[in-house]
Amino acid sequence: MDLTLKIWRQASAGAKGQFVNYQVKNISAEASFLEMLDILNEELVMKGNEEPVAFDHDCREGICGACSLYINGRPHGPDRGITTCQMHMRNFKDGETIVIEPWRAKPFPVIKDLMVDRTAFDEIIQAGGYVSVRTGGTLPDANALPIPKAASDEAMDAASCIGCGACVAACKNASAMLFVSAKVSQLALLPQGKLEARERVQNMVKKMDELGFGNCTNTYACEAECPKEISVTHIARMNREYLSAKITAPQK
Amino acid sequence: MAKLDAKIPNGPLAEKWTNYKVHQNLVNPANKRKIDILVVGTGLAGAAAAASLGEMGFNVKIFGIHDSPRRAHSIAAQGGINAAKNYTNDGDSVYRLFNDTIKGGDYRSREANVYRLAEVSNSIIDQCVAQGVPFAREYGGLLDNRSFGGAQVSRTFYARGQTGQQLLLGAYSALSKEINKGSVKMYTRRDMMDLVMVDGRARGVIMRNLVTGELERYFGHAVVIATGGYSNVFFLSTNAMASNGSVAWKAYKKGAFFGNPSFAQIHPTCIPVHGDYQSKLTLMSESLRNDGRIWVPKKKEDAEKIQKGTLKPTSIPEEDRDYYLERRYPAFGNLVPRDVASRAAKERCDAGHGVGSTGLAVYLDFADSIKRLGKHVIESRYGNLFQMYEKIVDENPYETPMMIYPAVHYTMGGIWVDYELQTTIPGLFAAGEANFSDHGANRLGASALMQGLADGYFVLPYTLQNYLADQIGVKPLPTDLPEFSKTEQETQALIDKLLAVNGNNTVDYYHRKLGFIMWDYVGMARNKEGLEKAIQMIKELRIEFWKNVRVPGKADTMNVELEKALRVVDFLEMGELMARDALMRDESCGGHFREEYQTPEGEAMRDDNKFNFVAAWQYTGDDKEPELHKEPLVFEFTEVKQRNYK
Repeated sequence: MDLTLKIWRQASAGAKGQFVNYQVKNISAEASFLEMLDILNEELVMKGNEEPVAFDHDCREGICGACSLYINGRPHGPDRGITTCQMHMRNFKDGETIVIEPWRAKPFPVIKDLMVDRTAFDEIIQAGGYVSVRTGGTLPDANALPIPKAASDEAMDAASCIGCGACVAACKNASAMLFVSAKVSQLALLPQGKLEARERVQNMVKKMDELGFGNCTNTYACEAECPKEISVTHIARMNREYLSAKITAPQK
Repeated sequence: MAKLDAKIPNGPLAEKWTNYKVHQNLVNPANKRKIDILVVGTGLAGAAAAASLGEMGFNVKIFGIHDSPRRAHSIAAQGGINAAKNYTNDGDSVYRLFNDTIKGGDYRSREANVYRLAEVSNSIIDQCVAQGVPFAREYGGLLDNRSFGGAQVSRTFYARGQTGQQLLLGAYSALSKEINKGSVKMYTRRDMMDLVMVDGRARGVIMRNLVTGELERYFGHAVVIATGGYSNVFFLSTNAMASNGSVAWKAYKKGAFFGNPSFAQIHPTCIPVHGDYQSKLTLMSESLRNDGRIWVPKKKEDAEKIQKGTLKPTSIPEEDRDYYLERRYPAFGNLVPRDVASRAAKERCDAGHGVGSTGLAVYLDFADSIKRLGKHVIESRYGNLFQMYEKIVDENPYETPMMIYPAVHYTMGGIWVDYELQTTIPGLFAAGEANFSDHGANRLGASALMQGLADGYFVLPYTLQNYLADQIGVKPLPTDLPEFSKTEQETQALIDKLLAVNGNNTVDYYHRKLGFIMWDYVGMARNKEGLEKAIQMIKELRIEFWKNVRVPGKADTMNVELEKALRVVDFLEMGELMARDALMRDESCGGHFREEYQTPEGEAMRDDNKFNFVAAWQYTGDDKEPELHKEPLVFEFTEVKQRNYK
């Protein structure tokens, strides 16, 4: 199929960006979206008057969370439950114009073209997204503490977050509530995470606010666009955890 | 000729690691604060090592090529992690895990290292559960296990089809905790360009900041490389796009010996190749072989009809299907080790029984399991894998059998290390897939995660201290020393040279060409003639690359094509060493299959008299042949025999 691509080009973080149009021809319906961009980039390298388009990607099987394209107004493009690298060209029609942008959110500044800086997510995890056990040494046997399968499965649902940032990109407020709640919820559901639950939720929410992520206004756009289909019920659990933490253990 | 000393501790096998720890040297807390350690790579081995060393009180700097440590390719491991817990009461033990791993590796790994791996495997599971890793559980609340290839017990712990993700996020959380505390400093989007040596020791690294293009210098009392494997030398592999062998290669060129470079694993269950624009291959977890049955049509004419699209697999009656693994290996059936399963698939396809439009695929069929257990059970076990398959192939694997074909997946070879995971360069350590140590000529499924975390959490924190104990008097070196300047200048010169070529072909053009050479001659089946041809072809391709590659853009900005080019420069050299190693080894073992050396039934035939050693190659100069050193393998605690999975 032949396509027109309208791609956001921006030389660096401080530079002014703009949309630039490109034509690609004879793209196979079986190719992945990123392979289609590879083909464009090969052409740009050979033409020589323009740099290839920079975009984040790595595993190309939907788990590393690196790819982050806003395609035709939707994070990861027009399908549910997938990342950009799992989007195949059979989802598009011959002759179509495809608009490709980076994630747009203040805490995710553009580095170049379609690549953004998501360090803010790491900073939120560093504020408390862990259980403070030492590595090595002697720990209780893994089966010493049975965990109800339902709780463990729900923790796993939350833990499957890949940290791509589609939730933030989809949200009109650039809220990171789905991302933060996925980690808070995973650890709140497991006995190992309970001891620090109060401090964790407060520290992570505080960091999230400091970094400039917006608030949640319950539009559920995040859930709709999450490649791992993480449920907004985790946001509800985080709100409960936060409220009870505030009431029972005032932060020092 | 330098003699290789593996530094294996004395004593009975089961006491070696304990003896080592009892007698090793330690660094006291006040001195730990004065010691700098550089860790390169943020996957299981790197993140676990950095977190552990940070907790112990060392100053750690960790570097990764991605925007976040959580993107390292460990994240993509699907099936599980082995441990000798024997929770399922099926007769497992540390010794059995050790023995299975030695046998699975076709008796080409070091007993002491493998035993230690099996020994710490149980602690890994305890560690991960304590960190909040949500492993799969049974209704009683205890941990669930499943089976993997090469074992007759169920010892594999898993988190749906995302075990690597959950284990990496566990290590990432430990790392994040230490970053928050200030004991570890994280440097993202940094690519290691070279190793800095001062007075014969590893003392620093040159990094390229991938956002600004700047070259940066860092000092460390010791350097750990945990940068994964080099499967991408084949261009198409299951590795991530940025996975590369450059750090290991730079270490090799600085004097670290390279162990068994030709030992690469071809994984039997990947989604088949579909087009010439394809950028990578996708793995379907080995765990699928628990419930899926592998077959091809018995009749060639059926296979041909399927290839043409005129016959559907579901309309082939039971008696016309050849479940060739169950037929050839009744004892292990569909769960034979990876090298055996891969070769068997190639054999059937070469004989004309392959399916799919190219004839290069076999079926992995779940119909029987769905009938026996119900669709919901299969969905709960493999749901995400089935979804992944459907998205790529556009077929529903619940209704029609999956198509799979072998693809390059893992490199058992890597930087040679001794028992302490130290390379032949003092102060340089290698962990995880980057070293050659534990898997011999073939890795068993669910053992890569085990090794990465064992090295990072349980081995390096001890052995690194043993090295650092006599380094406490060494003051941090300033990075304006001539050694740093010279290494940085060499890197700059290499970059300038690449940008100056301005030829007519892209970097991928050469990478793809190299991949074809590697797959055809250094892949699943190798022979003398082909390997000699490959060496010649790679040499020619390298010359052509330096004459005619085009790397656009500048050095002092973000430049993705330049990053790729720097990796392909190394792959073009590495491929030749792999072919050389394969040519030298006149035997078949594990994933290394030389067509000249097979039993009448087509199984790998080892030559224990001549090749019972680790091949450790030493770099001697760009235009010179590398020198081979042999580390003899001694099997005191296992009986060496021909592998038999029948």
